Amino acid sequence: MNILTQPWPWYVSGPLIGLMVPVLLILGNKPFGISSSLKHICSACIPGKIEYFNYNWKAESWNLLFAFGIVLGGFVAGYCFSNPNPIQISENTIADLNAMGIKDHSGFVPSEIFNFQSLLSLKGFILMIIGGFFVGFGTRYADGCTSGHSIMGLSNLQWPSLVSTICFFIGGLIMTWFILPWIMRL
Amino acid sequence: MMSKLKYLFLGFIFGVILIKAEVVSWFRIQEMFRFQAFHMYGIIGSAIVVGAISILLIKKFKVKTIYGKEIIIVPKEFTKGNIIGGLIFGLGWAMTGACPGPLYALIGSGLLVITFVLFFAVLGTWAYGRLKDKLPH
Repeated sequence: MNILTQPWPWYVSGPLIGLMVPVLLILGNKPFGISSSLKHICSACIPGKIEYFNYNWKAESWNLLFAFGIVLGGFVAGYCFSNPNPIQISENTIADLNAMGIKDHSGFVPSEIFNFQSLLSLKGFILMIIGGFFVGFGTRYADGCTSGHSIMGLSNLQWPSLVSTICFFIGGLIMTWFILPWIMRL
Repeated sequence: MMSKLKYLFLGFIFGVILIKAEVVSWFRIQEMFRFQAFHMYGIIGSAIVVGAISILLIKKFKVKTIYGKEIIIVPKEFTKGNIIGGLIFGLGWAMTGACPGPLYALIGSGLLVITFVLFFAVLGTWAYGRLKDKLPH
């Protein structure tokens, strides 16, 4: 039972993620990437008269099946066989987050902010709603996310993917070091 | 349809990995952006190494798909979006602690509030499509 619930070290999970690249290529010439699924959802549900969403999304339905598979995998690994212990994050991170008022680090997300009630609070609205919007807008504008650019693109030595990955990081550093402390004081 | 079910299965495997790797954790992402642990760097780095070696071997030995077709990888084209969109996604990554893959896995793990984050990520994608022609590329 223990082996199912305990977390995997980076040197097991990282190479397994990397193997998604050749497996998808060999099983059907598919490029590894997740953020396209958001575009296909738009195309299927709310295409409007927007040219960008008027294409045959059904031809890309593999990507939606892949995304739905992630939900199922999340259910089995994160709900049925969830790790009963809090994630072993660095003491320094815990101290930094405590100083910002984030004290509960038992789950995958800070429960004080990521809950239904706080969707209506300023902090919750900014981090979940605006943050979610940025994820969707930014990945499409950049034409890829951590999977499509940082793993698939870099594996194929694509320099635009390197530029994107560096920018993902710069954006994350700006948020973490300069903006997040300010949001947490709201 | 049956041939597409393999993608559902692969997604399932990927979802399990994302959870067991703790990549879905908001705290792991904070730890990464604060340079306080090697965990996330190890995962992303080793994934790229394995992916790159795999693509190299596929190209060198002209590996075909299981259907006997040539493997084609479309090159990425550079636009200003790689920079501007990249920065915007980076901000969102540190706010939500999740990129699109983990959003799906988190919802599956029972954190239903993340459906709101996903919903607004879809709206963000839609807004990009709506504004595409007015944005610098």
